[in-house]
Amino acid sequence: MKHNFDFIVDKENNTINAKRAFAADINIVWQAWTDAAILDQWWAPKPYVTKTKFMEFKVGSYWLYAMISPEGEKHWCRADYQQIDILKSFSGLDAFCDENGKVTDSFPRSLWHNEFKKDGENTIVNITIKYNSLNDLEKIIELGFKEGFTMALGNLDQFLEAHL
Amino acid sequence: MRRDIYQAIADPTRRAIITLIAIHAMTPNAIAAHFDTSRQAVSKHLKVLTECELVSQKFEGREIYYQLEIKKMKEIDKWLAQFRKIWESRFNELDLVLNKLKSKK
Repeated sequence: MKHNFDFIVDKENNTINAKRAFAADINIVWQAWTDAAILDQWWAPKPYVTKTKFMEFKVGSYWLYAMISPEGEKHWCRADYQQIDILKSFSGLDAFCDENGKVTDSFPRSLWHNEFKKDGENTIVNITIKYNSLNDLEKIIELGFKEGFTMALGNLDQFLEAHL
Repeated sequence: MRRDIYQAIADPTRRAIITLIAIHAMTPNAIAAHFDTSRQAVSKHLKVLTECELVSQKFEGREIYYQLEIKKMKEIDKWLAQFRKIWESRFNELDLVLNKLKSKK
């Protein structure tokens, strides 16, 4: 099944807006975004896998996880929760870090805001990501390229076509 | 000197210049007429854009025209498209997870 996917890049405000409908109840979708055991199943772009080290979904606390390459190389990330409105929205600050959660300053941080809305049988998730500059955004992409995401994504498309 | 193209488009005046010459090539004077800033300031922006190879110069008689390098602009779109793809696949993955969760209920 194909879903509408809006992806808008606002170069003036250095923001990305992604909007996607999911064929599931808002309770389930919310859980998929806020429960570490479920996030571990889908968050990392293939062939990477996500492994949570620590998560406390609470304002002022954070999620610390590793994205692990097929070779076993780990990239540590953390998300600091700044606002949570149960079943409606949450926002936080993203960063790359070390395994103890110490933030790496050389990589740009981005501010996230995720909104959840019921739409009949579906749930619409509206994501706004704000970077400090376009240059920051480019750095993130570059990192993605370096790790070979691009090639892997091509494979994933084929996989999904075959299984959906 | 080579510059970062993303820095080039981070400036609002430079973005405005790009929009202007996207329609047709223009002389520095004609471009400057659209802005409140000095002719020198506009020249500086044009210099940055040229160094980034986002615009190029074309000589016609005694006039210099600045034109947009469409190919270079497409590069920017290309990496944005890649970013979009990362998200798209992540969401497709979430669809599968949601299906699993639903069938468990």
